[in-house]
Amino acid sequence: MNQEPLVQIRDLNFSYDNRKILSGINLTIPRGKVVAIMGSSGCGKTTLLRLIGGQLKPSSGEVKVNGQIVDQLDSAGLYAMRRRMGMLFQFGALFTDMSVFDNVAFQMREHTDLPEDLIHDLVMMKLHAVGLRGAQNLMPSELSGGMARRVALARSISLDPMLVMYDEPFAGLDPISLSVIGVLIRKLNDALGASSIVVTHDVQESLKIVDYVYFVSAGKIVAEGTADEIRQSKIPYVHQFVWGEADGPVPFHYPSMPYGDEMMQAVN
Amino acid sequence: MTSRLWQLGFASRFFIAIFLYSGTSFRRFQLTLREVFFSGVMSLIIIMVSGLFVGMVLGLQGYDTLQRYGSAEALGILVALSLVRELGPVVAALLFASRAGSAITAEIGLMKATEQLSAMEMMAVNPIARVVAPRFWGGVISMPLLAALFSAMGIFGGYLVGVVLIGVDEGSFWSQMQATVDFREDIVNGIIKSFVFGVIVSWVAVFEGYDAEPTAEGVSGATTRTVVTSSLAILAADFVLTALMFRGV
Repeated sequence: MNQEPLVQIRDLNFSYDNRKILSGINLTIPRGKVVAIMGSSGCGKTTLLRLIGGQLKPSSGEVKVNGQIVDQLDSAGLYAMRRRMGMLFQFGALFTDMSVFDNVAFQMREHTDLPEDLIHDLVMMKLHAVGLRGAQNLMPSELSGGMARRVALARSISLDPMLVMYDEPFAGLDPISLSVIGVLIRKLNDALGASSIVVTHDVQESLKIVDYVYFVSAGKIVAEGTADEIRQSKIPYVHQFVWGEADGPVPFHYPSMPYGDEMMQAVN
Repeated sequence: MTSRLWQLGFASRFFIAIFLYSGTSFRRFQLTLREVFFSGVMSLIIIMVSGLFVGMVLGLQGYDTLQRYGSAEALGILVALSLVRELGPVVAALLFASRAGSAITAEIGLMKATEQLSAMEMMAVNPIARVVAPRFWGGVISMPLLAALFSAMGIFGGYLVGVVLIGVDEGSFWSQMQATVDFREDIVNGIIKSFVFGVIVSWVAVFEGYDAEPTAEGVSGATTRTVVTSSLAILAADFVLTALMFRGV
Protein backbone atom coordinates (compact mmCIF):
# COMPACT_ATOMS: atom_id res chain seq x y z
CA MET A 1 0.00 0.00 0.00
CA ASN A 2 1.21 3.49 -0.86
CA GLN A 3 2.42 5.05 2.40
CA GLU A 4 2.40 8.64 1.13
CA PRO A 5 -0.41 10.62 2.82
CA LEU A 6 -3.47 10.97 0.61
CA VAL A 7 -3.83 14.73 1.20
CA GLN A 8 -0.96 17.08 2.01
CA ILE A 9 -1.51 20.79 2.50
CA ARG A 10 1.53 23.04 2.81
CA ASP A 11 1.61 26.76 3.71
CA LEU A 12 -1.87 27.29 2.31
CA ASN A 13 -3.23 30.83 2.14
CA PHE A 14 -6.58 31.81 0.71
CA SER A 15 -8.36 35.15 0.43
CA TYR A 16 -11.70 36.26 -1.03
CA ASP A 17 -10.89 39.63 -2.62
CA ASN A 18 -8.84 41.22 0.17
CA ARG A 19 -10.45 39.25 3.03
CA LYS A 20 -8.09 36.62 4.39
CA ILE A 21 -9.91 33.33 5.01
CA LEU A 22 -7.08 30.82 5.55
CA SER A 23 -3.52 31.54 6.49
CA GLY A 24 -0.48 29.28 6.75
CA ILE A 25 -2.44 26.02 6.87
CA ASN A 26 -0.36 22.81 7.09
CA LEU A 27 -2.14 19.50 7.44
CA THR A 28 -1.91 15.88 6.39
CA ILE A 29 -4.60 13.27 5.85
CA PRO A 30 -3.09 9.76 6.01
CA ARG A 31 -4.57 6.93 3.96
CA GLY A 32 -7.29 4.89 5.63
CA LYS A 33 -7.89 7.40 8.44
CA VAL A 34 -10.83 9.56 9.46
CA VAL A 35 -9.68 13.09 10.20
CA ALA A 36 -11.87 15.85 11.61
CA ILE A 37 -11.43 19.54 10.92
CA MET A 38 -13.19 21.44 13.69
CA GLY A 39 -13.81 25.05 14.42
CA SER A 40 -16.61 27.53 14.93
CA SER A 41 -18.88 28.62 12.08
CA GLY A 42 -17.20 30.84 9.49
CA CYS A 43 -13.64 29.90 10.45
CA GLY A 44 -12.83 28.57 6.95
CA LYS A 45 -13.50 24.83 7.30
CA THR A 46 -15.77 24.49 4.25
CA THR A 47 -13.40 26.68 2.23
CA LEU A 48 -10.66 24.20 3.06
CA LEU A 49 -12.78 21.36 1.65
CA ARG A 50 -13.45 23.34 -1.52
CA LEU A 51 -9.72 23.91 -1.95
CA ILE A 52 -9.07 20.17 -1.59
CA GLY A 53 -11.81 19.44 -4.15
CA GLY A 54 -10.40 22.01 -6.57
CA GLN A 55 -13.51 24.22 -6.52
CA LEU A 56 -11.31 27.09 -5.30
CA LYS A 57 -7.68 27.92 -6.04
CA PRO A 58 -5.28 28.85 -3.25
CA SER A 59 -3.80 32.35 -3.11
CA SER A 60 -0.49 30.69 -2.26
CA GLY A 61 0.73 27.34 -0.98
CA GLU A 62 -0.03 23.86 -2.17
CA VAL A 63 -2.83 21.29 -1.90
CA LYS A 64 -1.69 17.84 -2.96
CA VAL A 65 -4.14 14.94 -3.36
CA ASN A 66 -2.81 11.48 -4.17
CA GLY A 67 0.49 13.06 -5.26
CA GLN A 68 -1.11 15.60 -7.61
CA ILE A 69 -1.11 19.35 -6.97
CA VAL A 70 -4.79 20.18 -7.31
CA ASP A 71 -4.60 23.73 -8.66
CA GLN A 72 -2.12 22.72 -11.36
CA LEU A 73 -4.51 20.17 -12.89
CA ASP A 74 -6.30 21.06 -16.12
CA SER A 75 -10.06 20.55 -16.18
CA ALA A 76 -9.80 16.96 -17.51
CA GLY A 77 -7.26 16.11 -14.79
CA LEU A 78 -9.40 17.74 -12.13
CA TYR A 79 -12.50 15.82 -13.22
CA ALA A 80 -10.49 12.57 -13.30
CA MET A 81 -9.37 13.26 -9.72
CA ARG A 82 -12.92 14.10 -8.60
CA ARG A 83 -14.17 10.76 -9.89
CA ARG A 84 -12.12 9.25 -7.09
CA MET A 85 -13.55 11.64 -4.49
CA GLY A 86 -16.91 11.70 -2.78
CA MET A 87 -18.43 14.67 -1.03
CA LEU A 88 -21.37 14.89 1.32
CA PHE A 89 -22.77 18.40 1.43
CA GLN A 90 -24.20 20.03 4.52
CA PHE A 91 -27.85 19.37 3.67
CA GLY A 92 -27.28 16.48 1.29
CA ALA A 93 -27.66 18.44 -1.98
CA LEU A 94 -29.70 15.60 -3.44
CA PHE A 95 -31.04 16.17 -6.95
CA THR A 96 -34.64 17.05 -6.22
CA ASP A 97 -35.96 15.94 -9.61
CA MET A 98 -34.61 12.38 -9.16
CA SER A 99 -35.66 9.50 -6.93
CA VAL A 100 -33.38 8.09 -4.24
CA PHE A 101 -32.37 5.29 -6.63
CA ASP A 102 -31.53 7.71 -9.47
CA ASN A 103 -29.54 9.95 -7.13
CA VAL A 104 -27.30 7.06 -6.12
CA ALA A 105 -27.08 5.76 -9.70
CA PHE A 106 -26.25 9.23 -11.06
CA GLN A 107 -22.46 8.95 -11.10
CA MET A 108 -22.51 5.35 -12.32
CA ARG A 109 -24.63 6.37 -15.30
CA GLU A 110 -22.54 9.46 -16.00
CA HIS A 111 -19.10 7.88 -15.73
CA THR A 112 -19.46 4.22 -16.59
CA ASP A 113 -20.96 2.06 -19.32
CA LEU A 114 -22.31 -0.47 -16.87
CA PRO A 115 -25.54 -2.21 -17.90
CA GLU A 116 -28.67 -1.08 -16.08
CA ASP A 117 -29.16 -4.39 -14.21
CA LEU A 118 -25.63 -4.17 -12.77
CA ILE A 119 -26.21 -0.52 -11.79
CA HIS A 120 -29.38 -1.69 -10.04
CA ASP A 121 -27.42 -4.24 -8.00
CA LEU A 122 -24.70 -1.73 -7.11
CA VAL A 123 -27.24 0.90 -6.05
CA MET A 124 -29.00 -1.67 -3.88
CA MET A 125 -25.66 -2.51 -2.21
CA LYS A 126 -24.99 1.16 -1.45
CA LEU A 127 -28.52 1.77 -0.17
CA HIS A 128 -28.37 -1.40 1.91
CA ALA A 129 -25.13 -0.15 3.47
CA VAL A 130 -26.92 2.98 4.71
CA GLY A 131 -30.09 1.09 5.63
CA LEU A 132 -32.33 2.66 2.99
CA ARG A 133 -32.86 -0.08 0.42
CA GLY A 134 -36.59 0.20 1.08
CA ALA A 135 -36.59 3.93 0.26
CA GLN A 136 -35.28 3.53 -3.28
CA ASN A 137 -38.44 4.87 -4.95
CA LEU A 138 -38.95 7.87 -2.68
CA MET A 139 -38.26 11.41 -3.87
CA PRO A 140 -35.93 13.67 -1.82
CA SER A 141 -38.91 15.75 -0.67
CA GLU A 142 -40.32 12.62 1.02
CA LEU A 143 -37.19 12.02 3.14
CA SER A 144 -36.44 13.21 6.66
CA GLY A 145 -33.21 15.18 7.25
CA GLY A 146 -31.41 12.09 8.53
CA MET A 147 -32.58 9.91 5.63
CA ALA A 148 -31.55 12.56 3.10
CA ARG A 149 -28.10 12.68 4.67
CA ARG A 150 -27.84 8.87 4.45
CA VAL A 151 -28.88 8.87 0.78
CA ALA A 152 -26.29 11.56 0.12
CA LEU A 153 -23.76 9.37 1.90
CA ALA A 154 -24.68 6.40 -0.34
CA ARG A 155 -24.35 8.68 -3.37
CA SER A 156 -20.94 9.97 -2.26
CA ILE A 157 -19.54 6.42 -2.12
CA SER A 158 -21.23 5.19 -5.30
CA LEU A 159 -17.93 4.89 -7.20
CA ASP A 160 -15.92 3.60 -4.20
CA PRO A 161 -13.84 6.79 -3.79
CA MET A 162 -10.37 7.01 -2.28
CA LEU A 163 -11.32 10.17 -0.37
CA VAL A 164 -14.69 11.12 1.11
CA MET A 165 -15.26 14.65 2.37
CA TYR A 166 -18.10 15.42 4.76
CA ASP A 167 -19.26 19.01 5.17
CA GLU A 168 -21.09 19.31 8.51
CA PRO A 169 -22.61 15.79 8.31
CA PHE A 170 -24.21 16.12 11.76
CA ALA A 171 -25.86 19.54 11.33
CA GLY A 172 -29.54 19.63 12.27
CA LEU A 173 -29.93 15.91 13.01
CA ASP A 174 -31.76 14.27 15.92
CA PRO A 175 -29.59 12.22 18.32
CA ILE A 176 -30.43 8.86 16.71
CA SER A 177 -29.75 10.03 13.14
CA LEU A 178 -26.61 11.76 14.39
CA SER A 179 -25.29 8.57 15.88
CA VAL A 180 -26.24 6.54 12.77
CA ILE A 181 -24.37 8.95 10.50
CA GLY A 182 -21.32 8.87 12.78
CA VAL A 183 -21.20 5.07 12.77
CA LEU A 184 -21.71 4.95 9.00
CA ILE A 185 -18.84 7.37 8.35
CA ARG A 186 -16.47 5.18 10.35
CA LYS A 187 -17.70 1.83 9.00
CA LEU A 188 -17.84 2.90 5.37
CA ASN A 189 -14.37 4.42 5.59
CA ASP A 190 -12.93 1.18 6.93
CA ALA A 191 -14.90 -1.03 4.53
CA LEU A 192 -13.85 0.99 1.47
CA GLY A 193 -10.27 1.46 2.63
CA ALA A 194 -10.79 5.14 1.93
CA SER A 195 -9.71 8.28 3.79
CA SER A 196 -12.29 10.66 5.21
CA ILE A 197 -12.26 14.33 6.12
CA VAL A 198 -15.09 15.37 8.42
CA VAL A 199 -15.65 19.10 8.71
CA THR A 200 -17.78 19.65 11.76
CA HIS A 201 -18.41 21.58 14.93
CA ASP A 202 -20.16 18.66 16.60
CA VAL A 203 -17.37 17.77 19.02
CA GLN A 204 -18.73 14.88 21.05
CA GLU A 205 -20.07 12.85 18.12
CA SER A 206 -17.02 13.33 15.93
CA LEU A 207 -14.50 12.59 18.69
CA LYS A 208 -16.08 9.13 18.95
CA ILE A 209 -15.24 8.19 15.37
CA VAL A 210 -12.16 10.09 14.23
CA ASP A 211 -8.49 9.16 14.32
CA TYR A 212 -7.09 12.69 14.35
CA VAL A 213 -8.39 16.23 14.77
CA TYR A 214 -7.29 19.62 13.48
CA PHE A 215 -8.74 22.72 15.14
CA VAL A 216 -9.15 25.80 12.95
CA SER A 217 -9.77 29.26 14.33
CA ALA A 218 -9.75 32.52 12.37
CA GLY A 219 -8.26 30.71 9.36
CA LYS A 220 -5.35 29.13 11.23
CA ILE A 221 -4.73 25.71 12.73
CA VAL A 222 -4.56 26.31 16.47
CA ALA A 223 -4.40 22.73 17.73
CA GLU A 224 -4.18 19.15 16.54
CA GLY A 225 -4.06 15.69 18.05
CA THR A 226 -5.91 12.46 18.65
CA ALA A 227 -9.41 12.47 20.14
CA ASP A 228 -8.03 11.87 23.66
CA GLU A 229 -5.39 14.58 23.31
CA ILE A 230 -8.07 17.03 22.21
CA ARG A 231 -10.34 16.12 25.14
CA GLN A 232 -7.49 16.77 27.57
CA SER A 233 -6.17 19.86 25.82
CA LYS A 234 -5.37 22.88 28.00
CA ILE A 235 -5.36 25.28 25.08
CA PRO A 236 -8.08 27.81 26.09
CA TYR A 237 -9.84 27.90 22.70
CA VAL A 238 -9.91 24.10 22.37
CA HIS A 239 -11.05 23.70 25.97
CA GLN A 240 -13.88 26.18 25.46
CA PHE A 241 -14.92 24.51 22.22
CA VAL A 242 -14.77 20.91 23.45
CA TRP A 243 -16.66 21.61 26.67
CA GLY A 244 -19.05 24.10 25.13
CA GLU A 245 -18.34 27.00 27.50
CA ALA A 246 -20.30 30.17 26.78
CA ASP A 247 -17.42 32.56 27.47
CA GLY A 248 -13.69 32.28 26.94
CA PRO A 249 -11.28 33.16 24.12
CA VAL A 250 -14.36 33.25 21.88
CA PRO A 251 -16.24 36.05 23.69
CA PHE A 252 -19.95 35.92 24.43
CA HIS A 253 -20.41 39.57 23.42
CA TYR A 254 -20.00 40.87 19.89
CA PRO A 255 -17.46 43.76 19.98
CA SER A 256 -19.19 46.99 21.00
CA MET A 257 -18.67 50.18 23.02
CA PRO A 258 -18.68 49.84 26.81
CA TYR A 259 -22.15 49.05 28.19
CA GLY A 260 -22.16 52.08 30.51
CA ASP A 261 -21.27 54.47 27.67
CA GLU A 262 -24.07 53.04 25.55
CA MET A 263 -26.62 53.56 28.37
CA MET A 264 -25.45 57.12 29.02
CA GLN A 265 -25.65 57.88 25.32
CA ALA A 266 -29.29 56.76 25.32
CA VAL A 267 -30.04 58.93 28.38
CA ASN A 268 -28.32 61.98 26.85
CA MET B 1 -21.80 50.62 -15.47
CA THR B 2 -18.60 48.61 -15.07
CA SER B 3 -20.45 45.79 -13.35
CA ARG B 4 -23.07 45.75 -16.17
CA LEU B 5 -20.31 45.45 -18.75
CA TRP B 6 -18.62 42.74 -16.71
CA GLN B 7 -21.91 40.85 -16.52
CA LEU B 8 -22.48 41.19 -20.27
CA GLY B 9 -19.00 39.78 -20.85
CA PHE B 10 -19.73 36.91 -18.47
CA ALA B 11 -23.07 36.23 -20.22
CA SER B 12 -21.30 36.16 -23.61
CA ARG B 13 -18.66 33.70 -22.35
CA PHE B 14 -21.46 31.65 -20.83
CA PHE B 15 -23.23 31.59 -24.23
CA ILE B 16 -20.07 30.26 -25.87
CA ALA B 17 -19.64 27.69 -23.09
CA ILE B 18 -23.18 26.40 -23.73
CA PHE B 19 -22.23 25.68 -27.36
CA LEU B 20 -18.89 24.13 -26.36
CA TYR B 21 -20.58 21.78 -23.90
CA SER B 22 -23.66 20.98 -26.00
CA GLY B 23 -22.38 17.56 -27.06
CA THR B 24 -24.19 15.80 -24.22
CA SER B 25 -27.49 17.45 -25.17
CA PHE B 26 -27.39 15.78 -28.60
CA ARG B 27 -25.60 12.54 -27.71
CA ARG B 28 -28.10 11.88 -24.94
CA PHE B 29 -31.05 13.49 -26.67
CA GLN B 30 -33.51 12.24 -24.03
CA LEU B 31 -32.09 14.93 -21.69
CA THR B 32 -33.07 17.62 -24.21
CA LEU B 33 -36.41 15.96 -24.97
CA ARG B 34 -37.26 16.06 -21.27
CA GLU B 35 -36.69 19.83 -21.33
CA VAL B 36 -38.78 20.16 -24.51
CA PHE B 37 -41.55 18.53 -22.49
CA PHE B 38 -41.16 20.86 -19.50
CA SER B 39 -40.66 24.05 -21.53
CA GLY B 40 -42.75 23.29 -24.59
CA VAL B 41 -45.48 20.79 -23.81
CA MET B 42 -46.23 22.34 -20.42
CA SER B 43 -46.64 25.75 -22.13
CA LEU B 44 -49.16 24.45 -24.67
CA ILE B 45 -52.31 25.51 -22.84
CA ILE B 46 -51.31 29.14 -22.27
CA ILE B 47 -49.97 29.41 -25.84
CA MET B 48 -53.01 27.87 -27.52
CA VAL B 49 -55.63 29.70 -25.46
CA SER B 50 -53.82 33.03 -25.91
CA GLY B 51 -53.45 32.36 -29.65
CA LEU B 52 -57.16 31.68 -29.95
CA PHE B 53 -58.16 34.92 -28.20
CA VAL B 54 -55.62 37.05 -30.05
CA GLY B 55 -56.97 35.65 -33.34
CA MET B 56 -60.56 36.35 -32.28
CA VAL B 57 -59.70 39.94 -31.36
CA LEU B 58 -57.91 40.35 -34.70
CA GLY B 59 -61.03 39.05 -36.44
CA LEU B 60 -63.25 41.61 -34.70
CA GLN B 61 -60.93 44.59 -35.09
CA GLY B 62 -59.92 43.64 -38.62
CA TYR B 63 -63.53 43.28 -39.80
CA ASP B 64 -64.49 46.59 -38.20
CA THR B 65 -61.80 48.41 -40.18
CA LEU B 66 -61.94 46.45 -43.45
CA GLN B 67 -65.71 46.64 -43.90
CA ARG B 68 -65.47 50.48 -43.96
CA TYR B 69 -63.54 50.12 -47.21
CA GLY B 70 -65.65 47.25 -48.54
CA SER B 71 -62.78 44.79 -48.13
CA ALA B 72 -64.18 42.46 -45.51
CA GLU B 73 -63.15 39.44 -47.66
CA ALA B 74 -59.53 40.38 -47.01
CA LEU B 75 -60.00 39.50 -43.33
CA GLY B 76 -58.21 36.16 -43.79
CA ILE B 77 -55.13 37.92 -45.19
CA LEU B 78 -55.04 40.42 -42.34
CA VAL B 79 -55.39 37.77 -39.65
CA ALA B 80 -52.86 35.38 -41.20
CA LEU B 81 -50.17 37.95 -42.03
CA SER B 82 -50.47 39.66 -38.63
CA LEU B 83 -50.05 36.35 -36.87
CA VAL B 84 -47.45 34.64 -39.02
CA ARG B 85 -45.19 37.67 -39.42
CA GLU B 86 -45.51 39.40 -36.04
CA LEU B 87 -47.93 38.39 -33.36
CA GLY B 88 -47.25 34.66 -33.49
CA PRO B 89 -43.50 34.83 -32.89
CA VAL B 90 -43.57 37.91 -30.62
CA VAL B 91 -46.53 37.15 -28.33
CA ALA B 92 -45.65 33.45 -28.12
CA ALA B 93 -42.09 34.41 -27.14
CA LEU B 94 -43.33 36.86 -24.48
CA LEU B 95 -45.60 34.17 -23.05
CA PHE B 96 -42.80 31.62 -23.27
CA ALA B 97 -40.49 33.96 -21.33
CA SER B 98 -43.09 34.35 -18.59
CA ARG B 99 -44.11 30.70 -18.39
CA ALA B 100 -41.01 28.63 -19.24
CA GLY B 101 -38.13 31.15 -18.98
CA SER B 102 -38.97 32.08 -15.40
CA ALA B 103 -39.36 28.38 -14.49
CA ILE B 104 -35.94 27.54 -15.97
CA THR B 105 -34.30 30.41 -14.05
CA ALA B 106 -35.97 29.43 -10.78
CA GLU B 107 -35.03 25.77 -11.20
CA ILE B 108 -31.34 26.43 -11.97
CA GLY B 109 -31.17 29.15 -9.29
CA LEU B 110 -32.60 26.80 -6.66
CA MET B 111 -30.24 24.03 -7.75
CA LYS B 112 -27.41 26.50 -7.13
CA ALA B 113 -28.81 27.64 -3.77
CA THR B 114 -29.20 24.04 -2.56
CA GLU B 115 -25.66 23.14 -3.72
CA GLN B 116 -26.90 20.67 -6.34
CA LEU B 117 -24.70 22.31 -8.99
CA SER B 118 -21.68 22.18 -6.65
CA ALA B 119 -22.45 18.53 -5.91
CA MET B 120 -22.51 17.83 -9.62
CA GLU B 121 -19.14 19.53 -10.10
CA MET B 122 -17.69 17.48 -7.26
CA MET B 123 -18.98 14.34 -8.99
CA ALA B 124 -16.92 15.33 -12.06
CA VAL B 125 -20.06 16.19 -14.03
CA ASN B 126 -20.06 19.56 -15.76
CA PRO B 127 -23.30 21.38 -14.79
CA ILE B 128 -23.24 23.44 -17.99
CA ALA B 129 -23.25 20.24 -20.06
CA ARG B 130 -25.68 18.30 -17.86
CA VAL B 131 -28.11 20.99 -16.62
CA VAL B 132 -27.75 24.20 -18.63
CA ALA B 133 -27.26 23.05 -22.24
CA PRO B 134 -30.25 20.64 -22.34
CA ARG B 135 -32.52 23.38 -20.97
CA PHE B 136 -31.15 25.88 -23.49
CA TRP B 137 -31.71 23.57 -26.46
CA GLY B 138 -35.07 22.45 -25.08
CA GLY B 139 -36.18 26.10 -25.17
CA VAL B 140 -34.69 26.75 -28.62
CA ILE B 141 -36.50 23.71 -30.08
CA SER B 142 -39.80 24.47 -28.34
CA MET B 143 -40.10 28.14 -29.30
CA PRO B 144 -40.72 27.83 -33.10
CA LEU B 145 -43.18 24.98 -32.51
CA LEU B 146 -45.10 27.02 -29.95
CA ALA B 147 -45.11 30.09 -32.22
CA ALA B 148 -46.48 27.95 -35.08
CA LEU B 149 -49.24 26.61 -32.82
CA PHE B 150 -50.01 30.13 -31.60
CA SER B 151 -50.44 31.31 -35.20
CA ALA B 152 -52.55 28.28 -36.14
CA MET B 153 -54.86 28.79 -33.18
CA GLY B 154 -55.01 32.53 -33.93
CA ILE B 155 -56.07 31.90 -37.53
CA PHE B 156 -58.72 29.50 -36.25
CA GLY B 157 -59.90 32.20 -33.80
CA GLY B 158 -60.07 34.73 -36.66
CA TYR B 159 -62.08 32.20 -38.69
CA LEU B 160 -64.51 31.62 -35.80
CA VAL B 161 -65.22 35.33 -35.39
CA GLY B 162 -64.98 36.40 -39.04
CA VAL B 163 -66.72 33.53 -40.80
CA VAL B 164 -68.82 31.72 -38.22
CA LEU B 165 -69.92 34.69 -36.09
CA ILE B 166 -69.95 37.70 -38.45
CA GLY B 167 -70.59 35.86 -41.69
CA VAL B 168 -67.62 36.77 -43.93
CA ASP B 169 -67.55 34.51 -46.97
CA GLU B 170 -65.66 31.35 -46.07
CA GLY B 171 -64.26 30.82 -49.59
CA SER B 172 -62.86 34.35 -49.71
CA PHE B 173 -61.43 34.06 -46.22
CA TRP B 174 -59.37 30.96 -47.01
CA SER B 175 -58.59 31.47 -50.71
CA GLN B 176 -57.30 35.03 -50.28
CA MET B 177 -55.18 33.88 -47.37
CA GLN B 178 -53.79 31.00 -49.44
CA ALA B 179 -53.06 33.24 -52.42
CA THR B 180 -51.37 36.01 -50.45
CA VAL B 181 -49.36 34.38 -47.67
CA ASP B 182 -45.96 33.52 -49.12
CA PHE B 183 -44.12 30.53 -47.73
CA ARG B 184 -40.60 31.97 -48.03
CA GLU B 185 -41.42 35.59 -47.32
CA ASP B 186 -43.88 35.17 -44.49
CA ILE B 187 -43.78 31.73 -42.92
CA VAL B 188 -40.02 31.09 -43.08
CA ASN B 189 -39.28 34.60 -41.79
CA GLY B 190 -41.73 34.00 -38.95
CA ILE B 191 -39.97 30.75 -38.09
CA ILE B 192 -36.57 32.50 -38.18
CA LYS B 193 -37.91 35.16 -35.82
CA SER B 194 -39.27 32.62 -33.36
CA PHE B 195 -35.98 30.69 -33.48
CA VAL B 196 -34.04 33.88 -32.63
CA PHE B 197 -36.49 34.66 -29.82
CA GLY B 198 -36.07 31.10 -28.54
CA VAL B 199 -32.31 31.59 -28.36
CA ILE B 200 -32.75 34.94 -26.57
CA VAL B 201 -35.24 33.69 -23.96
CA SER B 202 -33.37 30.44 -23.29
CA TRP B 203 -30.00 32.19 -23.02
CA VAL B 204 -31.31 34.84 -20.63
CA ALA B 205 -33.17 32.22 -18.56
CA VAL B 206 -30.26 29.82 -18.08
CA PHE B 207 -27.77 32.64 -17.51
CA GLU B 208 -29.89 34.39 -14.88
CA GLY B 209 -30.42 31.07 -13.07
CA TYR B 210 -26.73 30.20 -13.14
CA ASP B 211 -25.68 33.69 -12.09
CA ALA B 212 -28.34 34.06 -9.35
CA GLU B 213 -27.34 34.85 -5.78
CA PRO B 214 -27.84 31.55 -3.94
CA THR B 215 -30.54 32.96 -1.63
CA ALA B 216 -34.35 33.14 -1.76
CA GLU B 217 -34.13 36.84 -2.60
CA GLY B 218 -31.46 36.19 -5.23
CA VAL B 219 -33.53 33.56 -7.04
CA SER B 220 -36.62 35.75 -6.92
CA GLY B 221 -34.67 38.68 -8.38
CA ALA B 222 -33.18 36.49 -11.11
CA THR B 223 -36.63 35.21 -12.11
CA THR B 224 -37.93 38.77 -12.44
CA ARG B 225 -34.86 39.80 -14.46
CA THR B 226 -35.42 36.89 -16.85
CA VAL B 227 -38.93 38.07 -17.71
CA VAL B 228 -38.01 41.76 -17.97
CA THR B 229 -34.73 41.33 -19.87
CA SER B 230 -35.99 38.73 -22.31
CA SER B 231 -39.21 40.67 -23.01
CA LEU B 232 -37.27 43.84 -23.83
CA ALA B 233 -34.73 41.87 -25.88
CA ILE B 234 -37.54 40.15 -27.84
CA LEU B 235 -39.16 43.48 -28.75
CA ALA B 236 -35.85 45.07 -29.72
CA ALA B 237 -34.81 42.04 -31.77
CA ASP B 238 -38.22 41.98 -33.43
CA PHE B 239 -37.72 45.53 -34.68
CA VAL B 240 -34.27 44.70 -36.07
CA LEU B 241 -35.45 41.46 -37.70
CA THR B 242 -38.54 43.09 -39.19
CA ALA B 243 -36.42 45.89 -40.64
CA LEU B 244 -34.07 43.33 -42.20
CA MET B 245 -36.74 40.94 -43.46
CA PHE B 246 -39.64 43.10 -44.64
CA ARG B 247 -38.22 46.47 -45.67
CA GLY B 248 -39.64 47.51 -49.04
CA VAL B 249 -42.20 44.69 -49.05
